Amino acid sequence: MRVYLDYNATTPVDPAVLDAMLPFLRENFANAGSVHTPGQRARAAVDAARDSVAALIGAKASEIVFTSGGTEADNLAIYGAVAASSNPRKHVIASAIDHHAVLHTCEDLQEHGVDVTFVPVRQGPEAQGLVDPGEVRRALRPETVLITVMHANNELGTIQPIEEIGRVAHEAGACFHCDAVQSAGKIPVDVSRMGVDLLSISAHKFCGPKGVGALYVRTGTPIVPRFRGGHAERDRRPGTENVPGIVGLGKAAELARVKLAEDSARIAALRDRLESELVGRVPGALVNGDRERRVPNTLNITFRGAGGEALLIALDLQGIACSTGAACSSGSTEPSHVLLAAGLSHDDARSSLRFSLGRATTSDEIDYAIATVPAVVERLRAISPRSTAAPALAR
Amino acid sequence: MATETQIELVNCAAECAAGSATPVAVAMSGGVDSSTVAAMLRERGRSVVGLTMQLWNQRRLPQLQGDGPAPHRCCSLDDVYDARRVAEHLSIPFYVVNFERAFEETVVRPFVEDYLAGRTPIPCTRCNNDVKFAELLTTARQIGAERIATGHYARVRVNIDTGRYELLRAVDESKDQTYFLFGLTQEQLAHAEFPLGELTKQEVRQIARRLAVPVAEKPESQEICFVPSGSYVRFIENYLEEQGNALGSEPGEMILTSGEVVGRHAGLHHYTVGQRRGLGVAIGRPVFVVALDRERNRLVLGEDAELRSGACEVRDVNWIAWEQPNGPVEAQVRIRNRHEPAAAVVTAVSATTARVTFREPQRAITPGQAAVFYAGERVLGGGWISE
Repeated sequence: MRVYLDYNATTPVDPAVLDAMLPFLRENFANAGSVHTPGQRARAAVDAARDSVAALIGAKASEIVFTSGGTEADNLAIYGAVAASSNPRKHVIASAIDHHAVLHTCEDLQEHGVDVTFVPVRQGPEAQGLVDPGEVRRALRPETVLITVMHANNELGTIQPIEEIGRVAHEAGACFHCDAVQSAGKIPVDVSRMGVDLLSISAHKFCGPKGVGALYVRTGTPIVPRFRGGHAERDRRPGTENVPGIVGLGKAAELARVKLAEDSARIAALRDRLESELVGRVPGALVNGDRERRVPNTLNITFRGAGGEALLIALDLQGIACSTGAACSSGSTEPSHVLLAAGLSHDDARSSLRFSLGRATTSDEIDYAIATVPAVVERLRAISPRSTAAPALAR
Repeated sequence: MATETQIELVNCAAECAAGSATPVAVAMSGGVDSSTVAAMLRERGRSVVGLTMQLWNQRRLPQLQGDGPAPHRCCSLDDVYDARRVAEHLSIPFYVVNFERAFEETVVRPFVEDYLAGRTPIPCTRCNNDVKFAELLTTARQIGAERIATGHYARVRVNIDTGRYELLRAVDESKDQTYFLFGLTQEQLAHAEFPLGELTKQEVRQIARRLAVPVAEKPESQEICFVPSGSYVRFIENYLEEQGNALGSEPGEMILTSGEVVGRHAGLHHYTVGQRRGLGVAIGRPVFVVALDRERNRLVLGEDAELRSGACEVRDVNWIAWEQPNGPVEAQVRIRNRHEPAAAVVTAVSATTARVTFREPQRAITPGQAAVFYAGERVLGGGWISE
């Protein structure tokens, strides 16, 4: 049996999304920037997708900039907003648990003379993995030009208090960006209620195709484009529109909006069952991250004494796909900066697994995981480092 | 002593397991040897899992990156890519496992410390003892594989008389790697497979070509994997700088064995026993490094004859043929890789130390190198040469 429990890494394209995309890879191939009728058809499809994405997050269509994905949206937001600021001294506040697309961008800004404060998250047991808005307020400076805090964390699933941080940002007159890549399609995302100026989403996290995402840019929020070229996306993101991808994103956004309540209730029930069974069956299993303020599909557990990397491999060989830490360029894993920031020891961080469920997850798959994971953890614990014993010799 | 007929190759037992569901893990470096091992085992119907160890982060010590082309550096993305490509070709599960921390603690730091202490270390042996046949073997067993197979040129077999796993030289003398494997315990040998031990390098290449292994023509790397371009001195200095240490090895006096001061040395980690080049002294006759005096930070030079010694002490001895020998053992002893083994008597002094007395004095017996004891093709044991 193959069980895919890594939906936070990526999701399968929904069949309805694929159906929506295919005509734009085949007969409706035209450039959305072309004047002729085929081009106008492509333009109409892009516009419809823009409406759909805007509807998912409570924005106006004109506020949606299509990008190549979440990473580009984060880069455009952060570099773009900082570059657009006329402040001679610039300070940025980011959370310690943000995605590398945000953190590494901020580190690059540091190298170019921008001060950056990385605010910590609570280390538990209360509110583990949550940013304290008070910390953001304390980090404020007169020259703070941008605050960037993710909505849902990719590894813990914890949902950050974005509305409160948004109020802090606006009181201070700072631009506010939110990476909502892991929340869009899982929980309601409403740019007005959240008080964000910039918000990133990525299609493939909610059953859309890879290679397409969007940045919400609140009307009146200045950003400097990262790319130079033609006039696509109102000059904010030049480049021929990825029409099939954008259409796929639009369809995925529509499905997410329509199915959100039903999906999230069903997925939360499966996740909760997986959690309680694993905690019940595996001695010493610890759930990471605040359990209330958490997206419905994510479960992060420490199996102390069972190395996460070996556990990940052993489970894969048993047909269960999940994840640990962040993959580095070679494909091996490094201890998760998120888990370390949430207070886990190096060893515990390396002994933690993330299970993330999705629209196609079935009850049978959860049953299989519940039946398989405890035995694998037990085997790993029995073979702890340096307990390799010689087998009896065959005579 | 066991005779040939009473000895069975461990690999035969493993062959019998062909087709069984218990997988074997192959340590895949991306080179031709370990890639061929994976291909051979797959061809024999074994269930194979490929594992590549991520041991060193190439982003560290960026000062070393400018040393010109060194395409086969340790854990370079190219090598991992090659290993993955081979695994894809063979349709076997493949994973990269991160042992950077263990590698630094058990291999890299001791390597630096040894040089600073005036020894000439062998990091490959430590890696075999403490990473490959320790951490990697544990991971292999945790994921359900009972053994690991590697691309080493060596053989393992069971001696029915003694009940011990024995390590034997490779059939291809020129490729034999038992010098680097003497530290393996019975437990480690019991879980090891060396399928190349019966083959010559030429045969391995032929098999690689026949099985269309993607790296069949890849050149060999001989360098210490984490030291690019063989510049270990620069590696040590950059590593110490990264660790925030003052350089642990200061310049000092160079003296002759007579005590006469003949110059200054650049820090003891630059030198190794037997070295002649790069000393920067001209006293009218060839001189060599005969000792590194860590206590007084002095480099001791002498003539070729003074490099010769008839005996050495060996510590951290690992006996393979027996738990402990009953008495003095006649053996051929190799004191460095590629050294022609020399006749000697090895006497266990304690459970972990021994004294090696050579029939003929040996040149440049170097502290930090290994002394490995052979009886013909069998490795009896070995240890580390003391000061």
